[in-house]
Amino acid sequence: MIKTENIYKSFGDHTVLHGITAEFKAGKMNLVIGRSGSGKTVLLKLLVGLLEPTEGKIFYDNTDFGTLSKKDLRKLRMQIGMLFQGSALFDSMTVEENIRFPMDMFTTMTDKEKLYRVNDCLARVSLKGVNKNYPSELSGGMQKRVGIARAIVLNPKYLFCDEPNSGLDPKTALTIDELIQDITEENKITTIVNTHDMSSVMEIGDHIFLLYQGKIAWEGTRNDVLHSTNEILQDFIFASPFLRKLRDAAIHQGKSI
Amino acid sequence: MDFNLLYNFGRYLMLMSAAFSRPEKWRMYYKETVRQMHDIGVGSVVIVVIISVFIGAVTAVQFAYQIEGNLIPMWYIGYIVRDTTIIELAPTITCLVLAGKVGSNMAAEIGGMRQKEHIDAMEIMGVNTAAYLILPKLTAALIVIPMLVAISAFLSVMGGYLAVVPTEYLSSSEYIQGVRAFFVSYNVVMMFVKSLVFAFLLTSVSCFQGYFVKQGSIELGKASTNAVVYSDILILLADYVIATLLT
Repeated sequence: MIKTENIYKSFGDHTVLHGITAEFKAGKMNLVIGRSGSGKTVLLKLLVGLLEPTEGKIFYDNTDFGTLSKKDLRKLRMQIGMLFQGSALFDSMTVEENIRFPMDMFTTMTDKEKLYRVNDCLARVSLKGVNKNYPSELSGGMQKRVGIARAIVLNPKYLFCDEPNSGLDPKTALTIDELIQDITEENKITTIVNTHDMSSVMEIGDHIFLLYQGKIAWEGTRNDVLHSTNEILQDFIFASPFLRKLRDAAIHQGKSI
Repeated sequence: MDFNLLYNFGRYLMLMSAAFSRPEKWRMYYKETVRQMHDIGVGSVVIVVIISVFIGAVTAVQFAYQIEGNLIPMWYIGYIVRDTTIIELAPTITCLVLAGKVGSNMAAEIGGMRQKEHIDAMEIMGVNTAAYLILPKLTAALIVIPMLVAISAFLSVMGGYLAVVPTEYLSSSEYIQGVRAFFVSYNVVMMFVKSLVFAFLLTSVSCFQGYFVKQGSIELGKASTNAVVYSDILILLADYVIATLLT
């Protein structure tokens, strides 16, 4: 479980996050949704320690993240996997070298064990036989899957995904969402996903936080989303004219959404 | 130009102290150091050969022009070419050129990694990115650049030979007599001291510029340019300081 307590983050005079208190549930898909610029990425970077909060605390299973020694922080980071928006695969390395990198850096596994683990992770993300390819030789969706394989190679306890399906077609986006959900359930990982993709919200969101102007404007499950009367949430979900028309038509015909 | 000198100097010192931390895995650092040695050494040898031969040739021809008809014996050309290249031209010109070639490349490489979130990805894994990205480059530069400077000094003397012997300014034996005359081995020590200091400066300054790059291609271009400009200025400044201290 990851918990934040009254997190504030400012850059100069500009405050991006205003007192975020949230509990991201263990073994669940926790989604942080919100418009661009609402502070989702800043929150994610605070949670993984890439940024430091101006005020407030972050707890990993009741351990205060801010008070960890360098050694303990490194230990904790080995339990964290992250999928970046742009995949962040190292261009100069092959797919195999990319996935091996955390093992090369932090484990004493033999080359045979590492290769076995690489192939295992690649099979898990349905990408066999691309070991020797470079990231530039893969499609966007395949790069995301390699990114997931690299993120899970050390069997993390916490998985963070920053807009995992941005720039992907709806079908590939769905595949990536399902993959993250399956991995979360299989390994009982605490997963936090930043997204503004409504399909993701409805398909994989176990617990959802809506971020609006640096504050949590709504919190609930995916079943609560459509029935909520929260105006900010409704504006966000029915942002497109097409969805608004569908909603209005349904209301006009007396049907539920 | 960024005039916030103290702030940047503080950041530079902090980055360097982080870079000189104990590696997480020596094998990974060794592998990266060897890769960097190849990139810096093999990748720069052609340009070093070309500039060195011409430095020696131009020095020899110009000195021959100046002493022609004077009382100074012509074999002094070899002596002058040897000492000017060893003491000054080989380390300084080679490192100025390497700042342009290697330094800009390092700044762009690290800056690109920062912009594409590669550095963030490594940080999250628990890698000390300052150490992993900078220490192998520094180590490689401190090993390879003095070698390149030594090659440069040798080739400059050869360049001088090629410029004045076939053109019959003086005979082969006269040139060699000059090259062998009044040899002071301390000058070679000075050459290596300079090349080590310049190698450290150009690598650390370039890595610093790349490491703190902001988003956007313009910023990356600026970082690359700044790496060359600041490295060149610091190399020339250090050249003066070393010359004052060691002579």
